[in-house]
Amino acid sequence: MVLPALNEARSVGSVVRDVRDRCPDYDVLVVDDGSTDETAKRASEAGAMVCSLPFNLGVGGAMRAAYKFALRHGYDVVVQVDADGQHDPAYIHKLVDGLADVDLVVGARFAGIGEYRAAFARRLAMRLLASVLSRLADVRLTDVTSGFRAAGPRCIELFALHYPAEYLGDTVESLVIALRTGCSIDQMPVEMRTRSYGAPSQSAFRATLYLARAVAALSLALVRQWPVPEEIRDAELPESQGHHE
Amino acid sequence: MRANLILGLIGSVFTLVLLFELLRRKHLREKYAVLWVAVSLLTLAVAAFPQTIYFLSDLIGVEVPVNLLFFVASMLLLGISVHHSYELGRLEDRTRALAEEVALLRLGLEHPETNREATLQADDWSVSDHQDR
Repeated sequence: MVLPALNEARSVGSVVRDVRDRCPDYDVLVVDDGSTDETAKRASEAGAMVCSLPFNLGVGGAMRAAYKFALRHGYDVVVQVDADGQHDPAYIHKLVDGLADVDLVVGARFAGIGEYRAAFARRLAMRLLASVLSRLADVRLTDVTSGFRAAGPRCIELFALHYPAEYLGDTVESLVIALRTGCSIDQMPVEMRTRSYGAPSQSAFRATLYLARAVAALSLALVRQWPVPEEIRDAELPESQGHHE
Repeated sequence: MRANLILGLIGSVFTLVLLFELLRRKHLREKYAVLWVAVSLLTLAVAAFPQTIYFLSDLIGVEVPVNLLFFVASMLLLGISVHHSYELGRLEDRTRALAEEVALLRLGLEHPETNREATLQADDWSVSDHQDR
């Protein structure tokens, strides 16, 4: 269980406790992405392992560190949960169950349950991304920017190598990388809570900027090369190998 | 004509002395210095023998020889800037990899119980080199 956190001191403690209550058999790792507040302290008080990056790397950097950790310690499953409390830990088991058939399960906000409102350009961007990625994945994906996801062994190994640090790379680009290296993806409908505090940036200008960056990130990810070790490419679908989670 | 020669001489000799001094104090890596030494030698050559510029622009069909000089100079500077951006990106990739390693090592120190299963793989350490496209 990984929670990337940047200056989330107000919410991280309760999220960690919540996750540990729901999933006592998981180890919880909080990657503190160079926070200037008490994120690390609160997280470790709540009983999580804390990996503090020396400076801010972005969600992508935090997640690659986490995947490296998972790979080196032989974890079979990595579940990514936002530290701001918008992801409901009740769905974690559902995501992990989905890993029986595919390499990566995304918790999607629009897939039937849960409500989420967004600016027009942002919705447009999300629909565009979703349609392109759905075509690539051969599965209907509706919410490709979700940071709520579970990854199996193949994806762990892949993401420990390539987890993009650029803005949006942590969500969209990483999905493209997974697909282009032959991993399978599916989504599970989840309900999002409203954030514990703070508002997502929603102004029209920002949403348009978001659209442009999303398209740029997507097209770059499509033309870039992602070298992977052969054993990942040739590996069969995930089967539990007796490691702990 | 004299002015051109003198300006060119001053410019390139100044650059050469500066480069030498930076190299002597180990503030500049040789691989970057080579480029700038080449540039200042070229400037020196053009200042000393302006005929080469006239000859070249005549050959290519540039009407005002100095335009050729400006064009070459700006393309050179553009190329060097792009190269610097490239190097910067590579350095950022490496710092990122290092930051991740440092954080994971610190985690290992704070939670020694997790080290038991840690298997450091040699190829895992060379992540940044995989990405040197």
